[in-house]
Amino acid sequence: MTRRGLPRLPEDRIEVRLSGSGGQGLILAGLILAEAAGIYDGREVAMVQSYGPEARGGASKAEVIISDSPIDYPLCTSVDLLLAMNQEAADSYSWDLKPGAWILVDADLVSHPPSSRALALPFTAAARDKLKKALVANVAALGAIAEITGLVSRRGLENALADRAPSGMQDLNRKALALGVRLARNLFKKNDAGPLTEPETEDI
Amino acid sequence: MKRHKARLMQGNEAIAEGALAAGCTFFAGYPITPASEITELMSRELPIMGHPFIQMEDEIASIGACIGASLAGGKAMTATSGPGFSLMQENLGYAYVAEVPLVVVNVMRAGPSTGMPTSVAQGDVQQARWGTHGDHPAIVLCPATVAEAFELTVTAFNHAERFRTPVILLADEMVAHTREKLVLPAAEEIEVINRRRPAVPPDWYLPYKTDGSLIPRLADLGEGYRYHVTGLIHDERGFPTGRQDEAGWFYARLFGKISRHFKYLERINSFGMEDAEYVIVAYGCTARSARAAVRLGRAQGMRVGLLQLLCLWPFPRNAVETALTGKRAALVPELNFGQMRREVLRVNNGRTKVLGLTKTDGTMIAPDEILKRLREAA
Repeated sequence: MTRRGLPRLPEDRIEVRLSGSGGQGLILAGLILAEAAGIYDGREVAMVQSYGPEARGGASKAEVIISDSPIDYPLCTSVDLLLAMNQEAADSYSWDLKPGAWILVDADLVSHPPSSRALALPFTAAARDKLKKALVANVAALGAIAEITGLVSRRGLENALADRAPSGMQDLNRKALALGVRLARNLFKKNDAGPLTEPETEDI
Repeated sequence: MKRHKARLMQGNEAIAEGALAAGCTFFAGYPITPASEITELMSRELPIMGHPFIQMEDEIASIGACIGASLAGGKAMTATSGPGFSLMQENLGYAYVAEVPLVVVNVMRAGPSTGMPTSVAQGDVQQARWGTHGDHPAIVLCPATVAEAFELTVTAFNHAERFRTPVILLADEMVAHTREKLVLPAAEEIEVINRRRPAVPPDWYLPYKTDGSLIPRLADLGEGYRYHVTGLIHDERGFPTGRQDEAGWFYARLFGKISRHFKYLERINSFGMEDAEYVIVAYGCTARSARAAVRLGRAQGMRVGLLQLLCLWPFPRNAVETALTGKRAALVPELNFGQMRREVLRVNNGRTKVLGLTKTDGTMIAPDEILKRLREAA
């Protein structure tokens, strides 16, 4: 357990890559994730971003390292969690994944996930249909990340969002986060046992 | 005592915060990637505090304005990247000769010329030392983390004020743009050094006369202390001189004021050096790769340590010599064609094998690349 009563991370160093195209809010998502994990969950974080010259379109990527000890190398070397919000990102950024990495993709915008293990969730479609704003797909993705991986607490994300986002967006952001959590839960319900619960020896 | 909350910030933001914490009262600059955030933040914060911010027409004028502001009693800073730093060299020399306290931030990007604006490099290491013509001492500090960016900016101001000299903060694109958690210390926890001002009335003031310290007292322009400021080698009244004894003394004093504080200026971090057989000498963002390499190498049973240089100039000779003595090999990874390895080889003087690892493609050296190079040496 860490100082704030959060569970220890599964590895000393967790590497997260959020990728998609410019305008999908991935760098903001990286910032929120880093602030939630770093400021509110009290872990060490380092965040690096890269993007093309365009305001919309073009590749966009944020890399966040989360650790319980000081971080040396600030870039990803073997990725623990990849979020790909379009096909191009799924294709370009899946070459240095750790075996067993979490792979989250947008179910509609990524037609060919990089692995059969990839978890496809309809972030953009759900944000558009349920909240009437495709804009908050990035926040929904963060909700799903918190629910599936536990790398960041949902409360931390809520606080970080409240700090960053304009006051008129607070309610929408909370809803988007909840939507992401719900999408993740539904996924496991559908898959019956769900990938998170390993059977005990006695069960077999 | 008021403690600040932890904040996620970029190296560039930490540099601006460090400047404000050190008491910076003047900024003149011309925005340039990857240093623009410093200019942006100073343009917002300084006017709030009632201090001037000027966006100048170019970098030559920027450092010129800083020299003027500093002579008038301000604590001045400018921030730029390689192309702008090249333009500043002439005025930088002027500031060395006129002994003007000043902080110049150079966030290195890939060069020469306009190079690759958003790519990381460490190619200005020797330029920071020898960029302006003629013999002069240089103080150059080099951060590797956001926390060090803050801390070394404060140190840069303190050195500038204490030694009456321009100080260069040599950051790089990776350190400048990486976001990390930083808790800003409370004002009373930060040591701030200010220049010594004259203790005599204006009529008795000799601007370049020194007591035992070799560092002359600096009067604020406009306070009634009239004196001559020039880039020509001058006597203790500040007027140009060609006299052998006066010119010789001028250079002796210019170098002496730095060399007698050599140990005070030396600043390094060492990591895993206690039982190391191999030592990595690194600075800036490459020190982070090296630190990861030490962690990974030790996990594989390699006895490797890191000597991180925080002060590049004056070259931390004592620390490097001590660190290299008795080691099987040393490795100097850097994002240039071996600018610091040259110095390590010089002080090592043939005693230990010194390998280089250079990379100039606009990306960082990965920890694995360092380990691979070390294994080749083993």
